[in-house]
Amino acid sequence: MAVIALTPSGAIPARHRVIARRRFAQSAVVGLLLTATLLAVALLVTILAYVIVKGLPALNLAFFTERPRPFGEVGGGIAPALVGTAILAAASGAIAIPVGIAAAIFVVEYRSGRFAAPVRFAAELIAGLPSIVIGVFVWAFLVRGLVGHFSAIAGAVALAVIMVPIVARTVEEVLKLVPNSLREAALALGAPRWKVILSIVLPTARAGVLTAAILALARSAGETAPLLLTALGNDFFSTDLLRPIGALPLQIYRYAVSPYDDWHAKAWGASLVLVIVIGAVGMLLRVVARQRVR
Amino acid sequence: MLVPLTLVAIGVLILIDSWPSLTRFGFTYFTTTEWDPVKLVFGAAAYVYGTLVTTIVAVVLATPIAVGAAIYLTEFAPRAVRAPVAFTIELLAYIPSIVYGLWAIFVMVPVMRSVVEPALQASLGQLPVIGKLFSGTPIGLDLLSGGVVLAIMILPILTAISREVLLAVPPTQREAMIGLGATRWEAVSRAVLPYARPGIIGGAVLGVARAFGETMAVTMVVGNSSRDISGSLFVPGYTMASAIANQFVEADSELYFSAIVEIAFVLLLVGIIVNSAARVLIRRSIADRPAGAVV
Repeated sequence: MAVIALTPSGAIPARHRVIARRRFAQSAVVGLLLTATLLAVALLVTILAYVIVKGLPALNLAFFTERPRPFGEVGGGIAPALVGTAILAAASGAIAIPVGIAAAIFVVEYRSGRFAAPVRFAAELIAGLPSIVIGVFVWAFLVRGLVGHFSAIAGAVALAVIMVPIVARTVEEVLKLVPNSLREAALALGAPRWKVILSIVLPTARAGVLTAAILALARSAGETAPLLLTALGNDFFSTDLLRPIGALPLQIYRYAVSPYDDWHAKAWGASLVLVIVIGAVGMLLRVVARQRVR
Repeated sequence: MLVPLTLVAIGVLILIDSWPSLTRFGFTYFTTTEWDPVKLVFGAAAYVYGTLVTTIVAVVLATPIAVGAAIYLTEFAPRAVRAPVAFTIELLAYIPSIVYGLWAIFVMVPVMRSVVEPALQASLGQLPVIGKLFSGTPIGLDLLSGGVVLAIMILPILTAISREVLLAVPPTQREAMIGLGATRWEAVSRAVLPYARPGIIGGAVLGVARAFGETMAVTMVVGNSSRDISGSLFVPGYTMASAIANQFVEADSELYFSAIVEIAFVLLLVGIIVNSAARVLIRRSIADRPAGAVV
């Protein structure tokens, strides 16, 4: 606490002026910082508001149940893209979730092993790669190589490559939370390592593993660039993994870069659906996370 | 073992496919701007330039906002709003890039064209040296728009990392300064920020890594036409990632295809280098990351 004493002449002492200046500097800076924060929040609100306001008018029953019509015809929907996104999510999850969990077990449970460090390092590097690079890789590996043409399975593999590091990293954190005494108790009873992991560690970390899977699916649902080079897109209903398949992000892209107003409206509608899907998955995530805390 | 194998496979397959172009053009690939599928001459300098410019614009715009928001949310905001606001900003990370692209084409670009760019031209454009950055006709679909949309997209991760790094600064750093009679801001600027600097720089580098490889949103607004390098931000450009997205499927000759894969190869190398550097910096600031951390 600075005690302010007036000098005999009645002028404000130098020390007091310094304090006032320092206080002013503080409020000025805090004002700037607050502006930055509000700007960031405003961006989110603006973008979401546009997606909702422009997307809602496009939504109707046909939008969810019909396939896209050629330009000029009224109506039509994005149903094949919805089906495609669901199939891609299921297929990529089926690949990425087991692999990611296995990688995490490797890193945590076999920490001293020779492979733990390279697995972790590789997962981090893959997580940092641009998704289009992964698209190019899967194109060379599957579209040109094993399958021979654009196909749903290539899209699923591309998404899986993106998801594996997310699953692995999240599961890794969860496995680390499993108390060591649990492992030791089981080992002391004579259980082999694999049995300890399967019947003690993984069941204990169940909720966390589920969180990891959901998180990865939410992240991959919006990926576009790798699908452009692998799944290609399809305006017709297709459930064949060896044929091109539609996906919400691909549909949005096609409609957004088209010159037609009707298609633009549909792109907003599809964006709203995509954001709602991801938001719903996020809600699920919070529910699961809350149960884990309990 | 599938994970390291995948990484190796990615590297090997992409290297093999870019080999014809690598051997044919060598270093001139990066120094010439002629990209001609008919004459089979490929130089990617314009793409590299577009990527660099948009990335720099993005980081320059996003870093002050992200770090400012992170400082406010860890040091000054009322305690009750800290976590919810931070969570809200992080939600931006979950919006898919295609949605950013859509928003950018139909909402941001018209604003850039009719408001922001003329205003920049009228003010900063009159200055002697940096005025060159803002010369030309404002069209909206240009390098500046690409950079701005990238800035919005890397904002959440920059904020999240800066916040984590600031939270990891020991409270004694602040308490010691405040105990000496400093204001909160003085404590933050002289005791907290220097402590957190490597981590914040690491976050910015990670933002660079994100911006570098981001494809869809930039492709939609960056113009995708000019192959010349001019000093202005108001010209349509092309980034490396958007070149892949636009031309990959139409590459009809082996060399053309190989030249495009070489772009992917460069992105792969840069991605690995930049990410590794960022992680080292961030690790140095946060000894043990909390569960569920973004990094």
